[in-house]
Amino acid sequence: MRRLEPLLAPAVFVAMVAALWFIFMVVPTERQMGIVQRIFYFHVASAWLAYAGFFTVAGASAVYLWKGSAAADRAALAGAEIGVLFCTFVVVTGPIWARPIWGVWWTWDPRLTMTLILWAIYAGYLMLRAFGGDDEAVARYAAVLGIVGVLDIPVIRVSVRLLHGIHPNVLNQPQGSGLSDPTMRLALLVASVAMLLLGGWLAMVRMRQERLSSELAALRRLAEERA
Amino acid sequence: MRAALAILRKDLRIEWRTKESLSSLIVLGVLLLVALAVAYDPTPETAPTLAPAVLWATFVFTGLLGIQRGFLVERENDCLAGLLGAPIDPASIFAGKLAANLVLLSAMQAIVVPLVGLFLHVDLAASFGGLLVVLLLGNLGFAALATLFAAIAVRTRAREVLLPVLLLPLLVPVLIGAVKATEHVIAGGLAGARDALGVLGAFDVIFTVAGWLLFTYVVRD
Repeated sequence: MRRLEPLLAPAVFVAMVAALWFIFMVVPTERQMGIVQRIFYFHVASAWLAYAGFFTVAGASAVYLWKGSAAADRAALAGAEIGVLFCTFVVVTGPIWARPIWGVWWTWDPRLTMTLILWAIYAGYLMLRAFGGDDEAVARYAAVLGIVGVLDIPVIRVSVRLLHGIHPNVLNQPQGSGLSDPTMRLALLVASVAMLLLGGWLAMVRMRQERLSSELAALRRLAEERA
Repeated sequence: MRAALAILRKDLRIEWRTKESLSSLIVLGVLLLVALAVAYDPTPETAPTLAPAVLWATFVFTGLLGIQRGFLVERENDCLAGLLGAPIDPASIFAGKLAANLVLLSAMQAIVVPLVGLFLHVDLAASFGGLLVVLLLGNLGFAALATLFAAIAVRTRAREVLLPVLLLPLLVPVLIGAVKATEHVIAGGLAGARDALGVLGAFDVIFTVAGWLLFTYVVRD
């Protein structure tokens, strides 16, 4: 893991430049929506990274409750922070696209509602960690919330279908609509890989920083005892 | 099981002697109902369409307060430490607390539901059976998750604000499912409400089991 981190930074840089090149130089402009459609590659790639973050929280939380390993707790924290950050990007880029296309910034469509609720669940998770106090108990409470949150995702998904919906389903469209140009699919793939690499790298940096800060706290306690 | 029943009996006896939680919940429920009705300013024609949303918005907020109180009571005189020190499975504490919360919610609803019918001109007596099913399913999921998180929230620093912040987004499926099911039940019986009742049922099963299993990790010291 530690040896991977310095290699990942240049990989993220290369992938990001490649994604930008694809999005702005390679793919054709979408016929009906025009230039604003290009935000789609960033929007969808961010959504996938956000979900990866939320599922990391659940997996790491389960490991933490089971084994009690501090590394799992740090992975859960990093996953939640990255998930909330990129979910914020999804919720911000969506309306920028929706305003010219739908004529409104926001509607209570199932997918929009679900994304906003997920954002709120994991923002609450970060609040619990920030304001809960800083003992080992809060890490356990957060792990319980991390598991409950991911169990809630399928139920939320089914429940929001009871609402009225207009969000486009771009990836599962018949031929001739959606991503009509083959370079568009390639651009989405490159953008998604770049985003996941970025997420992985951020998670590693964050986990290392948390580990160092707890080591520092332990050293400080030791120094106070000796003084 | 016997431990859970003992906790339920204890909580109901405390409530019976003080009548603190129930009376404040009923008053709060009526006030919220009045506040929402006044804010919407409905005409006699639009009033019935507001009833499901007003009903469940009222229950969510009164329920949050009522269930939080159930654990605040245990903080006084360090009662929670006593409960945890007892030779019983923490899961039965969860079951006992959940049962007590369900009784409290139902007692509050027995007063507030008829008032919603009265204030918003809905003939709730006609759909009594269906409404009862929706209330039971909605209450169980709500109380299961709220009981688990109330136990977390009372042990943190920012407890008053943390409980709603953590719970409200998690409870969205209950809110949507219960409101949609109530709409269908008022309009013409349980048949149309099948999808919404399915959401409530799935939520109940998942989070009653999850609460039962995870409660140990919340109270363990």
